Amino acid sequence: MIEINTISKSFANQKVLSDISAVFETGKVNLIIGESGKGKSVLAKCMVGLLEVDSGKVLFDGRDFIAMDREGRTTLREEIGMLFQGAALFDSMTVEDNIMFPLSMFTNMTKAEKLARVNFCLERVNLSGRNNLFPSECSGGMQKRIGIARAISMNPKYLFCDEPNSGLDPKTSILIDALIKDITTEYKITTIVITHDMSSVIEIGDNVIFLHDTKKWWQGDNKSIITTDNPEVLSFVYASEFMKEVRASMLENRG
Amino acid sequence: MISNIGKYFIMLSVVFRRPKKKDIFISRCINEFMIIGLSSLPIVVLMSTFMGGVIALQTASNMTSPLLPAYTIGYITQNSTILEFSPTIISLILAGKIGSNIASEIGTMRVTEQIDALEIMGVNSLSYLVLPKIIAAVLFFPVLIIFSMVLSIFGGWISLLLSDLCSTETYLLGIRTDFKVFNIIYALTKTVVFGFLIASIASFYGYFVKGGAINVGRASTQAVVISSICILIANFILTQMILL
Repeated sequence: MIEINTISKSFANQKVLSDISAVFETGKVNLIIGESGKGKSVLAKCMVGLLEVDSGKVLFDGRDFIAMDREGRTTLREEIGMLFQGAALFDSMTVEDNIMFPLSMFTNMTKAEKLARVNFCLERVNLSGRNNLFPSECSGGMQKRIGIARAISMNPKYLFCDEPNSGLDPKTSILIDALIKDITTEYKITTIVITHDMSSVIEIGDNVIFLHDTKKWWQGDNKSIITTDNPEVLSFVYASEFMKEVRASMLENRG
Repeated sequence: MISNIGKYFIMLSVVFRRPKKKDIFISRCINEFMIIGLSSLPIVVLMSTFMGGVIALQTASNMTSPLLPAYTIGYITQNSTILEFSPTIISLILAGKIGSNIASEIGTMRVTEQIDALEIMGVNSLSYLVLPKIIAAVLFFPVLIIFSMVLSIFGGWISLLLSDLCSTETYLLGIRTDFKVFNIIYALTKTVVFGFLIASIASFYGYFVKGGAINVGRASTQAVVISSICILIANFILTQMILL
């Protein structure tokens, strides 16, 4: 479980996050949604220490990450996996080496054990046999899946995904969503997904936090987001006429 | 500027931490030896041979006084090559080649979030990325400079041979005249410092780049300019300290 308490963050004089508190439960896909530039990625980066918060606490199963020194953070980060928006694969390494990298860095596994783990992770993301490709030879969707494979190679307790569906076609997006959901429930991971993709919200949003005007504006799940009357959430989720019609029809069906 | 200097020294304090895995560190160092060292060999060979030739030819063409012995050509070529051309000018050229390479490589890793990925995994990204580059530069630059010295003197000999301005015996006599091993030590000491400056300054500009491709290009240029300036300043200070 990850708990954030009154997180605030500013850049120069611009406030990006104001007193944000939330609980992200284990075994659930926790979504942080909001318009572009509203601080979703900043919040995630504050949680993993890539950005320093102005104030507040981030507790990983009770351990205060913000209060830790560099060594403490380094140790805790071995329990964190992260999928970046652009996958952030090491372009000088093959797919196999990318996934093997954290294993080589932090475990004393033999070469055969590491290879077995790499193949297992690749199989998990439906990319068996692509070991020797370089990231530049892979499509966007493949890169995202390799990023997930690398993120789960160390059996993380916490998984962060920064816009895992951006730039992907709807079919691949669904595949990635399903993969994140499966991994989360199967390995009992605390997963946090930053997204503004509404199909992801509906498909996998066990816990949804909506950021607006630097604050946590709304919290619910993929069911309550359909029925909410919060005007800001409604204007975000049902921005298009088509989505408005979808909502009307869904509410009608529910009676 | 002062905050950048402070940031640079803070960076160095993080760079010089014990690497997590010795075998990975050694393989990274070997890789950097290839990239920083061996790949620079062709340009060093080319520059040194031709510049040595030009130094010898210019010295010969300016020796109009009959009072100056002919072996002075070899003596001046030896001295200017060992004391300044090889350690300083070649280092400035390497600052352009290696400095821009390091800054753009690390800068690209920064803007594509590869450095963030390393940090998230719990890897000390500065130590992992920068330390092998500094070690490779510090250890391999002297080797390159020794190559450069030998090839410059060789280039001088070839040019004099082709232009028939000085005999081989006289040239070699000039090379041996007043030859001081201390000058080599002085030159190599400078080279070690220059290698450290190039690798660390270029890494600094690459590591702290913000934004996109344009900023990576800008950081790369800044790395070359600042490391060149630092080489010139360090050259002056070291010459004062060691030779005078």
